[in-house]
Amino acid sequence: MLKKIFIPVIILILTTSVSAATPVKTKPAPEGMVLISGGTYVPLYKKEDESGKQIVKPFYMDIYPVTNKEFLEFVEANPKWRRSNVKKIFADKFYLKHWAGDLQLGNINPNSPVTNISWFAAKAYAEWRGKRLPTIAEWEFAAGASKTKPDAFDDEENINRIQKWYSQKSPEKLPAVGSTEKNYWGLYDLFGLIWEWNYDFNTALVTGESRGDSNLERNLFCGSGSASARDVKNYPAFMRYGFRSSLKANYTVHNLGFRCVIDAAN
Amino acid sequence: MKYLTNKKLMITAAAFIVIAALSVVFFPGCEDTYSNTIKGVEHARLTHAPFVPPPITRDYPTKVIVNLETTEEVKRLSDGVEYVFWTFGGEVPGKFIRVREGDLVEFHLSNRPDSKMPHNIDLHAVTGPGGGAEASFTAPGHTSTFSFTAKNPGLYVYHCATAPVGLHIANGMYGLILVEPKQGLPPVDKEFYIMQSEFYTEGKHGEPGLQPFSQDKAVNEEPEYVVFNGSVGSLTGDKKLQAKKGETIRMFIGNGGPNLVSSFHVIGEIFDKVYGEGGVIVNQNNVQTTLIPAGGSAIVEFKVDVPGTYILVDHSIFRAFNKGAIGMLNVTGEEDSLIYSHKQKDEIYLGLDNKDVKSNLTVNPSVSNQTSSSGASNDLKALGKSVYSTTCQACHQANGEGIAGVFPPLAKSDFLNNNKDAVIHAVVKGLSGPITVNGKNYNGVMPPQTLTDDQIAAVLTYVYSSWGNSGKTVTKEEVSKVRGGSTASR
Repeated sequence: MLKKIFIPVIILILTTSVSAATPVKTKPAPEGMVLISGGTYVPLYKKEDESGKQIVKPFYMDIYPVTNKEFLEFVEANPKWRRSNVKKIFADKFYLKHWAGDLQLGNINPNSPVTNISWFAAKAYAEWRGKRLPTIAEWEFAAGASKTKPDAFDDEENINRIQKWYSQKSPEKLPAVGSTEKNYWGLYDLFGLIWEWNYDFNTALVTGESRGDSNLERNLFCGSGSASARDVKNYPAFMRYGFRSSLKANYTVHNLGFRCVIDAAN
Repeated sequence: MKYLTNKKLMITAAAFIVIAALSVVFFPGCEDTYSNTIKGVEHARLTHAPFVPPPITRDYPTKVIVNLETTEEVKRLSDGVEYVFWTFGGEVPGKFIRVREGDLVEFHLSNRPDSKMPHNIDLHAVTGPGGGAEASFTAPGHTSTFSFTAKNPGLYVYHCATAPVGLHIANGMYGLILVEPKQGLPPVDKEFYIMQSEFYTEGKHGEPGLQPFSQDKAVNEEPEYVVFNGSVGSLTGDKKLQAKKGETIRMFIGNGGPNLVSSFHVIGEIFDKVYGEGGVIVNQNNVQTTLIPAGGSAIVEFKVDVPGTYILVDHSIFRAFNKGAIGMLNVTGEEDSLIYSHKQKDEIYLGLDNKDVKSNLTVNPSVSNQTSSSGASNDLKALGKSVYSTTCQACHQANGEGIAGVFPPLAKSDFLNNNKDAVIHAVVKGLSGPITVNGKNYNGVMPPQTLTDDQIAAVLTYVYSSWGNSGKTVTKEEVSKVRGGSTASR
């Protein structure tokens, strides 16, 4: 009788100990994406104390911005997003103007980031891939890293590097993705290549009147400005918030593209 | 109801309509008081600095359409130095806008599609939130339109006000808008547009290449460049301002900052009238130097009476000589020696106690470091050329041509070529009194030059080998001999 119990018990002990010894694995990141482990983050327009902190849940982010080649696959499968079919309300008249035709890229690098796409088009692409656009919080959290640290938002040297790209002219022909720097999370091209759409871009808080944007201005939703910004010297962050505020969802801009994210549900 | 016929009803209705129409015309009501006096439409003529659109001749307010484009481009900041300028209208400073008090301005701000940044405009002439900034915020490849009434006359700065504002201004986004008073400004012969501003580059002043913006220097208010009209030398050389003797000049001067206040002065002239801070009242006469606040302006007027070159400076003087805040106004015409005589006489001065004054100046160490190694004559000429350009060129000019009647030529000079010892003597001990060079008389004073024997030998050898001269050489020993045997430099 003891023998009958003994062997199953041994097997039970062995299997549980084996499973106890191996670490719990998170599922591997989807292809072309990396895991951003999330945490707390203080946006530019908030003070760096408890009241300013926001929680960013873990998510996967595309390593590279979406390329022209990838977007071509999208419009091939979705005729209503082709240049000659798209409705004006969803994309203005410069939509994909750098392509040679509806389904022809022409003389551009297929691996360069797709630009001249509206928020509606970017969102549709993301949904077609089973993904979504990153929120401002997610994007700024991921972009707040330098090469070596996850949160380099206040790092002057890092800011200066980014500042230098922002003060250069846009090149006429954009280079391939991956041609700029990789940051701590393994993401490329968050700076030095293109502006990127966010899901909630129009909650960015700047009116055209940048001097008056302060949290004393109650009519402005979460007004930002020099009075209450987390770091008044982070010019690149000001410029990104400024740029987002100048957009409408159907706008296309020659140096504005996007990348996608997925929730990292366990 | 017999009394209420259709006909009576119609007459009553018509009467109401007529009264309503008349009251709209004759009683201002809730309409703004300017609108019924605006007549017609015109397109504003905009100009690049230093030019100004012509004075306004109409005597009624009109609707003025202004089209201005913001661009981002790489341009020259100084010789060999480039910068990415953000501009209104393709140049720094932005185009000059000229309207009349009471005009209704319809402003179209376009952001060129290849811009990286959004831009907007705040015109100090606008009464309204942001001065237009909140109405004109424009993404690349778009145009924003808004209107304002030019209620107040005066000379106003305009600039971009997109976050971060300091950066947009520092990169060149400023200009001037003149709102002429109703009665206009008094006529003058010439009007010019000048705007002072600073640039903050990573590299030091003069460091070549495309220079990025330095935020540290901007925050610390330590510019590398302080310039007129957007670049070093924009108003010098063949871009000098031109005028004729007897003309009245008006300068519309702005200060784009972003940080410094200007102490504006024209060397050799006095401002007959100053409209302080860009208002429309002359509030001072006979002003030497006027203050122009950052983000402010001034208007000055003066009459030029004597020909010559007049230098425009910011009298915080190191900005003029070391950072580029220099411009020039060239006045042509007949001399007037009663107003200004030029030098009438130059005589030897031997000091108050009449001793034979030896030159006891110490030799400039940076100059004396330019010694050649062996007596190789090519080295000597190279050194000589360098000494010539720092020491002799100011008077004898770049190609030895001198200045007629003042400084004798060295090129093909008979005095030089026939008289080596006298020439060495002139450099070592000075020369004064009447001489004849190439048939012309000169009677000036050349002071002794504080150079080492090596340098004198080098520069004279260089001069002899240049410009058609006799090709003699001069050795250090010959110079020492003339000096009288004192071997301080051996």
